[in-house]
Parts: sequence; structure tokens; C-alpha cells
Amino acid sequence: MEPVIKTDNLTIRFGGQIAVDHVSCEIPEKHFKSIIGPNGAGKTTFFNLLSGELKPTEGEVYLKGERITHLSSIERARKGLGRSFQITNVFPNLTVLENVRLAIQSREKIYFQMLRYFTSYKHLIEEAEHILEQVLLIDKKDAIASQLTHGEKRKLEIAMLLALDSEILLLDEPTAGMSLEEVPIILDVIRNIKEKGEKTILLIEHKMDLILDLSDSIMVLFNGQLLADGTPEEIMRNELVESAYLGGMYNDDLAGNQ
Amino acid sequence: MGKINLKSVYFWLIVLVFVLFPFVIDSRPMTILLTQIFIFAILAMSYDILLGYTGIVSFGHAMFFGFGAYATSVMLKNIDSSLTVFFLSIIVGMVIAGIVSFLIGLLTLRLQSHFFAMFTLAVSGLFLVLAEKWRSLTQGNDGFTFRAPEIFSDRINFYLFVLFCLVLVFLLLRLFVNSPFGKVLIAVKENETRTKALGYKTIYYKVVSSVVAGVAASLAGSLYVVSLRFVNTSMMAIDVTLNALLMTIIGGVGTLVGPIVGAAIIELAKHNLSILAKTYPIFERWIIFFGIIYILAVIFFPKGVVGTLKEKWEGRKMVRQQAMKQKEDAA
Repeated sequence: MEPVIKTDNLTIRFGGQIAVDHVSCEIPEKHFKSIIGPNGAGKTTFFNLLSGELKPTEGEVYLKGERITHLSSIERARKGLGRSFQITNVFPNLTVLENVRLAIQSREKIYFQMLRYFTSYKHLIEEAEHILEQVLLIDKKDAIASQLTHGEKRKLEIAMLLALDSEILLLDEPTAGMSLEEVPIILDVIRNIKEKGEKTILLIEHKMDLILDLSDSIMVLFNGQLLADGTPEEIMRNELVESAYLGGMYNDDLAGNQ
Repeated sequence: MGKINLKSVYFWLIVLVFVLFPFVIDSRPMTILLTQIFIFAILAMSYDILLGYTGIVSFGHAMFFGFGAYATSVMLKNIDSSLTVFFLSIIVGMVIAGIVSFLIGLLTLRLQSHFFAMFTLAVSGLFLVLAEKWRSLTQGNDGFTFRAPEIFSDRINFYLFVLFCLVLVFLLLRLFVNSPFGKVLIAVKENETRTKALGYKTIYYKVVSSVVAGVAASLAGSLYVVSLRFVNTSMMAIDVTLNALLMTIIGGVGTLVGPIVGAAIIELAKHNLSILAKTYPIFERWIIFFGIIYILAVIFFPKGVVGTLKEKWEGRKMVRQQAMKQKEDAA
């Protein structure tokens, strides 16, 4: 079957620094792939290349067989590539509901309607409320986004991504900076999305133990290079990964989980 | 829904008060002052579409005001001072403003905001020089007088016409900012990269916003010269932009009522200060006082009069709701 996303020798250099170094990978449809790697391994840069925020120095990105390397992030978003940001990136002075509603409006392709009140699109508002229920934010719908806690902002971020209803979700460390109590909730939200089986998901995560049971496959980036790509079991047995990335501390964590 | 209806009842009540005003209080200076306020309210509202809704800082808004001003005065002088020519000249001014703002927007709105601000300043300076030098048409800084359409020789008729324009522009702009399109404008102001990531081509939104603002400003210019029956290059000077900026900021950025209130405050202050100037010469330098007001407003009322009131009102509503909730919880 044709992979949904394929990268071919994807490379980007910032001056002398090679942030992503000839990464080739394929992601089949409805697949859940996690990307792990230490700080500075190029995970987020790799995401930026996929979503179009950055243009590669070398190599290509394909979406369902179509070359999309030259497309802007906007065009890619419209083609079904939705991404969340590691640094929380919402509309700070709008209400939670309005944040989500804007995403739905984009998906519904209501771009240039300027002669009707937005409230006449009731179904958009209803759907936004429905999505907020899914991510357990519904009682905060009238709050201003900047007043949310960090965890709530992350949830909002995921809600906006869900609202776009993109085929492919790029999740950049959705649990980053969250309190321990909030992490399971986010993971539940992600698990729910996965279990519906409608989306291809790419997830960046720092803490490997969180995503072992969620992922269909895991790829490991190290110094910009693709170190390994395989099922969670394979990755855990991979000695190269162990020595390069996991180290003693992480090994203990994993041992506890097995 | 009941609340929205109440709001529009208040709105039409206020409109009615202003419609009846010149018939109840028969004061020519007051009528003229109110006419001026309405005209500047249109200008300030149009500026707020850029500043308050899309987050674009433009220093060239005066040129759109000037397009309307010159379109109307040149046509009224050289063709005929009839009502038809007047309406036609409004449309001509709007079309010119629309085309120029479209081109400028397309060329420069891709740039970062401060470059856009500088560019608009440069272009409006260019048009100011053009107006100075094209003496055969504009008579430069000396300007020229012309006859207004017959029907406007009665100040009350003109007052009512300007009021009608203000209400129309207000309603149209309110629809514009509350439409799905307008909601995206606010999103652009809040966080442009995020808006792009949602799949909106933000450049088009910014261009349309600058065209709408330019066209509305041109209407204000057309009305303004008819109220003076005179035009010169000061209509295009940077002062006009600064006035609009001041009115918007004092009234309240990001609301439509704000600029109207701001226009009223500034025009009334100017009027009263110039009366005071007759006894205390210091008030002739009223621009000093505006400078002080401006600084105080930015420090203490960054949201402007209307913005601050709105915030207080909503804050009180929140507290009341919370109190209600607590009561319910207790019970």
C-alpha cells in the first residue's frame, strides 16, 4: 500500500550544522508512529520539514505519492496535515470556544464570507462544543485562552487539531511541561483518537515509556540521523538505540515497564 | 436573544436622538460640530479595522482620506455641483482608495508590520507631494473653494446625510468584523502563524482589511471637504492619520463604538480648548494637551474608554456569576 507520508533523504542545514541528516522513512495509512530521541536530535525540525514551516536543503517530502516539498505550510494544512506545536500556540486573547471554532471554520472552507454574522453558523459552534467535551475542556469554553493552565492549553491545542479533522496528525510533545496528573488525561485523549482508527498519527515524545503501548512503530533520531525504525519491541531490543540514546537511566525505566 | 434585541433597541434610540437633535436644539455651531464628529468617527472606525481588528499599523491612512477629499472637491468644482456628481465623486474616491490600498497591501503586507508602517508612511508622503505639485488640479497648499450641492446648503440636511453615512458604515463594519471573515482578522492579529497553521491564507485577509479601511476612509474624506467647502493638501498630511490614531486609541482599540467615542472626545476637546484659548493663550498650543492625554491614555487606559468600561462590565458580570454559582453550591 502506498505510504501516506514518505520522506526521501530529507536534509536541512543551518549553516554548518546539519539538523536533519538524510532521513528517509515511510508512514503507512492509519499508522501510529512515535519519534523519539534526545534533546537536539532534530525531532521538531523534522516535524517542521513535514508541516512546511521549514524548507529542506535537500531531499523530498511526499504526501500520498504527491511531492509536497515546495508547498507552504498553509497548503499542506489544507491537504490534511495538521500539527500541534511544542510551544503552546493558541490565540491568547480569544475564548476557548472561539479558538476551536476558528479551526472548524477553516475546515469547512468558510474563508471569505463577510456578509453574514458568524453566529448564523450554529453548527460550527455546536461542533466546537462537542470537541471541547472530548478533550474535557467544555466547562472552560468561555474562558480566555491565556488564562488557562498549561495543561489546559495543551488540551486546547489538541482540540484545535481535532477540529481541523486532518487525516494526519503531527503531535509535537503534547505532554511537554504538564503536571504528572494531567499527562494521563492527554494520553487518554490521544488513545481515543487512535482507537477510532481514522487518522495517521505522528507523535514526538521525550519519555519513551509513555508511548510504548500506544505506538505501532517507533523511529529514533539521533544527531539528525535516523538511528532505528521498527516496532516498539524491536526498538527496545536495539542495542544501538540503547547505547546511543537510552543510557542507564532510561534503561531502568524501561525495565520497570517490562 | 432578548439581550441582543435590547442592545439594538438602545442603538436605534441613540440614532433617533441624534436624528431629532438639530430640530430640538437649533444651534448651528453644535450641528456643525456634531457633523465633524460623525465624519471623524467614520475615519477612526476605518482605522480601527486595521489597528484594532487586524493588528496592522498604518501611517498612511491620511492618503485614503485625501483621495476622497480630492475626488469630491475636484469633481464638484470642475464638473458640476449637483448631487449626482457628489455621489459619483464618492464612488470615484472609493475606487481610487480601493485600488491603491489593494496594490500597497499586496506589495507590502507580506512584510513584517513595522516595514508596512514605514512603507505606508512613504507612499502617503509621495501622494502628498503629488498633491502639492499638481497645482493645475489641486492648487497645492493654497487649496481652493467650491460649491457644495444645493441641498446641503441647509446644514441640517448635510448633518442628516452624514449621520446616515455613519450609521450605514457602522452597521456594515459591524457585520464585517462579526462575519466569519472578520473573526479570522482577529485571529491574524492575535497570532498570525497559528492562523496560517489552521489553513488560512492570511495575506488575503490583511489585503481585504486594508481595502475596506481605505474605502471607508475615502468616504470620510469626501464628506469632510463638503462640510468645509474647501480643500487643500492638509487633508493628506500625517496629522490626519495621527488624529485617527489618537481617536481610536483613546476611544478603545478593537471595538467599533470606541472610535466613535474617541472622535467625540477629541473633537469636543479641540472645540472647547480653542474657546479657552481666547482667554488663556497657552491653549492655542492644544497639541501639547493632546500629547499629554495620549501618554496618559496609553499608560492608564491602554484599552481606551470603551475598552476599559467593557472590561469592568464583563468583570462585574463574571463576579456576579461566580457568586451565583457559590450560592448554588452552598444550597
